Amino acid sequence: MAKRTIFVAQLAFTLTVAAFLIVPAVLSMLAGVTANYFAGVRSGLTLQWVVEVWQLYSETIFRSVLVALATLAVTLFCGVPAAYALHLRGGRLARLVEEVITLPLAIPGLALALAILLTYGGYAGFRRSWLFILVGHAIFTLPFMVRSVMAVLAASDVKTLDEGAASLGASPWQRFRDVIVPNARPGILAGSLMVVTLSLGEFNLTLMLHTPLTKTLPVGLADSYASMRLEVASAYTLVFFIMIIPLLISMQVFAGHRGAPGRSRR
Amino acid sequence: MSGSVERGDHGVAVRVERCAKTFADGTRALEPVTLAIAQGETVVLLGPSGCGKTTLLRTIAGLETPDPGGRILFNDADVTAVPIERRNVGMVFQSYALFPNMDVADNIGYGLKIRRVGDKERRERIAELVALTGIGGLEHRRIDQLSGGQRQRVALARAIAIRPSVLLLDEPLTALDAALRERLRGELNRLLRALGITAIYVTHDQSEAMALGDRVVVMRKGAIAQVGTPREIYFAPANRFVAEFVGIANIIEAYCKGGVLEWPGGALSLANGATNGPVLAMIRPESIRIVAAEGARLAGQVESVSFVGDRQRASINGAAPKSLAVDVPNSIAVKVGDRVGLAVDPTAICLLPGDAA
Repeated sequence: MAKRTIFVAQLAFTLTVAAFLIVPAVLSMLAGVTANYFAGVRSGLTLQWVVEVWQLYSETIFRSVLVALATLAVTLFCGVPAAYALHLRGGRLARLVEEVITLPLAIPGLALALAILLTYGGYAGFRRSWLFILVGHAIFTLPFMVRSVMAVLAASDVKTLDEGAASLGASPWQRFRDVIVPNARPGILAGSLMVVTLSLGEFNLTLMLHTPLTKTLPVGLADSYASMRLEVASAYTLVFFIMIIPLLISMQVFAGHRGAPGRSRR
Repeated sequence: MSGSVERGDHGVAVRVERCAKTFADGTRALEPVTLAIAQGETVVLLGPSGCGKTTLLRTIAGLETPDPGGRILFNDADVTAVPIERRNVGMVFQSYALFPNMDVADNIGYGLKIRRVGDKERRERIAELVALTGIGGLEHRRIDQLSGGQRQRVALARAIAIRPSVLLLDEPLTALDAALRERLRGELNRLLRALGITAIYVTHDQSEAMALGDRVVVMRKGAIAQVGTPREIYFAPANRFVAEFVGIANIIEAYCKGGVLEWPGGALSLANGATNGPVLAMIRPESIRIVAAEGARLAGQVESVSFVGDRQRASINGAAPKSLAVDVPNSIAVKVGDRVGLAVDPTAICLLPGDAA
């Protein structure tokens, strides 16, 4: 009997906490398809606001996707070789470099953005282009790629595999291509999804780095909250959810395969 | 490991000249070591963990650079500055280092692919090696679908696929269970003889070293303790460390007068009748025979007996200044408390230098 009471109490508590977190999201999405939020759902459901968001902000959505993919390209190009090098070298210097790469996570995005503005803000052409945002995103997301790849490398004795390939005559580049990348694939995939997701949702840095002509999705969201009807802003949230949730789910799926390199069939 | 054995070139002679290795953290892994290995010879580096045997192997492979002053030569060519990928060495790692992203055939063929060997020739060579190492039917298995013994064979096939100048094996059998280790040791031995390739084999297991090596290099604390054939190492160890590391040894400090050791339980004659003064005598347990106590020159009492399968190992006290380990054939019944006579062939008593321990 006492057991049952405890179970019911625990269940009620869990459900309350879950509801506390989920209800606002649901309400927000619901608001995006409600004809008049202040009249409530009784005023009817409509896709009018979603269409309006698309018309007003589709450009920011495409730009966000562009920035996210470019960020991914940069972090892949820099992060994977960096993780390989740091893993092989090991020792104090490698740990120090790893810490430095991770530092942007601990520094407020605004401070980072300010530093970038102070240093490179003077180059007007650069300042006005979306590449300016890319720099911030790359700095912010790089540690996620590096750490994710390093974790997989550490789990699968890549150093010996590298030595094995070297003994067979493979040059450092051939080793990287034939042995390291295929065996680090779960880490690279997990890191990639993390980078894309973080880049799509990044607000702190981007708020400072954007120009009126280089808004990204979250900045556009802030803009719509500030200047549009609540329904439009909510519809915007809905669009954001639709984009980000599949990414999060695939991240979970890949995270499940982590630590088992080579499991998936070629 | 059956199939036709190919007789290619037999590798190179390897010379190690004054190679020392100090790691970045200051650890001295290798004292200056000089060693010459003949073409086609199998040399085993034997020693306890931390003795520098793996560091020496990795230095020969090109995975470690010796401290300045050290040189590695393959047939008279100085390869000290040549990176491993251009040394043409075949290497078998303790963990095998097989590529999990490739199947068995791709693993074996990887070195050939790197050398731009044509598709057809590569396939033929892989088939040849699969037959040689007895892993037929596994060509398209993934590495994680193989047993330990199968992995070991794939690693060996992959290493010899490139017709290496020298085959380097770093404790290749250590990861296997005892029965499999025994069997693969035999196969490996036949294969090494058949290929006739220069091979350097690292192990901490003295029976492996005895069975496989043309010569055995016993190492201790980064230096070479003795180089010799397995028989020399076993019957004429250069010092106490080698005697104790290789097999079981009775090592007794004694005083010798006129070539005779005077012990509490009697006397033992040495081969050299002119030996006088304090000596360190080494006698292998199997060199001591049990004889009737009456009339024996040396006698003692059985302290303990343990049955080890193919023979019994007895401990005899009262004969020498300390207990003697003696191998007793199963045909002789001994029990604790028995008084037994001991006979030792004078040539089986080896005198070690006094202070080398």
